[in-house]
Amino acid sequence: MNSIVPDSSFTARSIAENVQSGEWSAVEVLEGYLSQITQHESEINAFNTVLEEEARATARETDKDIAAGKTLGPLAGVPVALKDNLCTNGIRTTAGSRILENWKPPYDATVVQRLSAAGATVIGKTNMDEFAMGSSTENSAFGPTRNPHDLSCVPGGSSGGSAAAVAAGFAPISIGSDTGGSIRQPASLCGVVGVKPTYGSVSRFGLLAFASSLDQIGPFANTVRDAAIVHEVIGGHDPKDSTSISEPFPSFLDDLERGVEGLKVGIISELMGGIDGISPEVIQKTREAASVLSENGALIEEVSIPASLYCLSAYYLIAPAEASSNLSRYDGVRYGLRVSGETLAEMNINTRTEGFGDEVKRRIMLGTYALSAGYFDAYYGKALKVRRLLAENFDEVYSKYDVLLSPTSPCTAFKLGERTADPMTMYVNDVCTIPSNLVGHPAISVPFGSGNDGMPIGVQVLAPPMQEALMYRVASTLESAEK
Amino acid sequence: MTNNGLKDDWELIVGLEVHVELGTRTKLFCGCVNQFGDEPNTNVCPVCLGLPGSLPVVNEKAVTYAMQIGRALNCSVNRSVFARKNYFYPDMPKDYQISQYDQPTNTDGYLELPSGVKIGIERAHIEEDTGKTVHVGSSGRISGSDYSLVDYNRAGVPLIEIVSNPEIRTIEQAKEYVEELRGILLALKVSDAKMEEGSIRVDANVSVRKAGEDELRTRCEIKNVNSLRSLGRAIEYEAKRHIDLYENGESPSQETRHWDEGDGRTRPGRSKEDAEDYRYFQEPDLVPLNPNSQMIEIIDEELPSFPSERRKQLAALTEMEIIEVALIVERGHDDFASATIHAGATPQTVIKYLTNNLSDGFGELSPTAFAALIQMEEQAELTSTQAKKILGKLVEQGGTPKEIADQSGLKAIDTDELENLVDQLIASHPEEWKRFCGGEKKVQGFFVGEIMKSTRGQADGKVINQILNERTTN
Repeated sequence: MNSIVPDSSFTARSIAENVQSGEWSAVEVLEGYLSQITQHESEINAFNTVLEEEARATARETDKDIAAGKTLGPLAGVPVALKDNLCTNGIRTTAGSRILENWKPPYDATVVQRLSAAGATVIGKTNMDEFAMGSSTENSAFGPTRNPHDLSCVPGGSSGGSAAAVAAGFAPISIGSDTGGSIRQPASLCGVVGVKPTYGSVSRFGLLAFASSLDQIGPFANTVRDAAIVHEVIGGHDPKDSTSISEPFPSFLDDLERGVEGLKVGIISELMGGIDGISPEVIQKTREAASVLSENGALIEEVSIPASLYCLSAYYLIAPAEASSNLSRYDGVRYGLRVSGETLAEMNINTRTEGFGDEVKRRIMLGTYALSAGYFDAYYGKALKVRRLLAENFDEVYSKYDVLLSPTSPCTAFKLGERTADPMTMYVNDVCTIPSNLVGHPAISVPFGSGNDGMPIGVQVLAPPMQEALMYRVASTLESAEK
Repeated sequence: MTNNGLKDDWELIVGLEVHVELGTRTKLFCGCVNQFGDEPNTNVCPVCLGLPGSLPVVNEKAVTYAMQIGRALNCSVNRSVFARKNYFYPDMPKDYQISQYDQPTNTDGYLELPSGVKIGIERAHIEEDTGKTVHVGSSGRISGSDYSLVDYNRAGVPLIEIVSNPEIRTIEQAKEYVEELRGILLALKVSDAKMEEGSIRVDANVSVRKAGEDELRTRCEIKNVNSLRSLGRAIEYEAKRHIDLYENGESPSQETRHWDEGDGRTRPGRSKEDAEDYRYFQEPDLVPLNPNSQMIEIIDEELPSFPSERRKQLAALTEMEIIEVALIVERGHDDFASATIHAGATPQTVIKYLTNNLSDGFGELSPTAFAALIQMEEQAELTSTQAKKILGKLVEQGGTPKEIADQSGLKAIDTDELENLVDQLIASHPEEWKRFCGGEKKVQGFFVGEIMKSTRGQADGKVINQILNERTTN
């Protein structure tokens, strides 16, 4: 097994503290990460764009500001890698697609603005499954990303580049997007922390949409605390996103180490063997995690979320339906790729035929079909009913339990090419993560040991909406036990 | 025109879809300026250009305007959601239009025409406008054009689409409906409502049926109607086309057709084969609009008075029929009429003057001066010709009618004097008088003309005629 994971890494927290105090210079910190990228990026392919010069300029500014006595934000001098579906002003933003290969947005996403305002240094744009559609980062137009723990394995996806970047020591933190598990599943496969925040708690303004009602931006980090710090930086109301929650969140950090004494934790029985395809070793690790919580004073019980049986089906109607509409704008008229044709329609068709990869086309067709007159009620309409039913299931369970526990990914990282032939085997990767997206609740994947193949396994902590503080507390307890 | 120019046993059925551009300062989902006629592609941003990653945020003012329009059309204002209408077109930046579908803001209202007929309003919903495409080349259409240019300044401009029930039965009603709607929009100050500039766009759903039938037959939607006159012509053409088809044993197919003003006919647009499936679904980037009853109460309290109400008020004040005062209200002259009446003028005379002599406005004329003028005429101090002359001067320069009458030496000759003049004229022209008494009407003109000449126009023609007629019976 060919691993390039560094033995130890700095946390974002320690970098920011040392840069702010003048102990370390932001440029030195950056150069450390850039040299790791220089050494190993050709093996990993975590990035679509490495912003060496831009990052150096930012780091120099940071050092200048510190020298001038300024107090920077909680991410002072911290390099951050951004998934390539987040708009960066004047910097190409591809969403892993040929159709946007050279597109440069004229504006920054809200999260990018907030990271910069907090003192962070954008180090690059990370590889991803095209338009975030996939679970292995093999659907990128720019080649697959490899898992830093084993270069013959996938890093998961769709935010595989962001997960691999943190695992490979290319950046202490990164940002991804999660529509059906696209942060948590690669976090699990790459042995890092990954968070899908409450829907509406992080602005989607500037995120290239896949499925708008499910998409949520969130952090990757080496520690739960770092993830919480980044979440606090990027979160909060944004008037540019109408679905953004306006109430303020309590601090995620204050109670982080308070432990789980007295908390009621439910284990989702459907994801512990109730649904086929979840590997026994993953289930075993999840049970061990439950024991850790129990040892720390939490009450553990099995709970049932019956509608979780239909989540995968519902998701693969709702997400493609929204995607079919969201991706219409890539028509060759205004920006991105244009492949000419005799007529307007021909130009549209040629552009989309050449510009989109197979998985994207598959989902556009699925979604178009699901929304068509005559099929709407049978497919999209029914999927929405599952979604409502699922929300009722969760409400009921959360009336008795504080948080829920489940596996993140049904298996450890698989080999490149192993699952590309049959889309259905790929879709099953999302079975544990999709429920949180469908109901808009937060969930986190925390590394918790490894499988027989030596590859990382993550467990998932799910919490009610806006209850991230609780979620981070439980995750922090699991993290301490794992170390 | 009897039965809209249609054969007697056919009935015309029309429903109108009116798109109104709201006069908000900014667009529906972004902060770009909403302005007609600017340099192309200058009022644009990532949101209205639909750039990847951009998100819409709804303009509160546009929603308020929408609810005001709804209440003015007697609609119920509901919890509403936005929906995406998906279809590809270059002037639509996202290749979907944000509109409303199964849960529109306003439903179930009506519009009352001056004739008293109420036309049901099915819905009035909010949507965004598209950009504007200009096809450059000989044809002016997309097929055969050399290239096309798109201006996105209009993309994202707020629109209200007002859909009537198919309850319009005559071409006149269709025109009245649009006029009446314009009056309401202008009173609300929510749109400049100019049909020529496209801030009101009217599509007509036209069908016909045999008198007495209950079922509606196949309709065609007529687009590209840019004036009230075109609307009338297009409906008439389309109805006749349907009747011809039916009478030849054929029937029209449901389709969108474009009115060609030059040729005076409608032509098919998209054919039935590629009829669009818009795949509507709830817009996930926006949250539902949920007005509470208090908001609606405030809107109701602040509504201005509308043409239908103003017509009723003026009709009551003048003791005339609604239809007789409709034009005054349509011109917005009803306040002036009321003020003149309250200053002591006879209502019917006020309406007559406003209708016939003051269509272009009042200039410097005040209601008091106007009332004084009418009184002078009615008390025979002025002939009607004189009164009209003075009215013209009052509009030009203001002042009182008395001043102007004195200055210009305008004064009606009193009847005694006029009788003397007539008698003298009869005496000096016995031959003509004989012919007049013999019923030769054209000789009347001779007598009136002579009197007018000798009085330099100061005499009242009516009075002269009266005297002449009295003399024949004596």
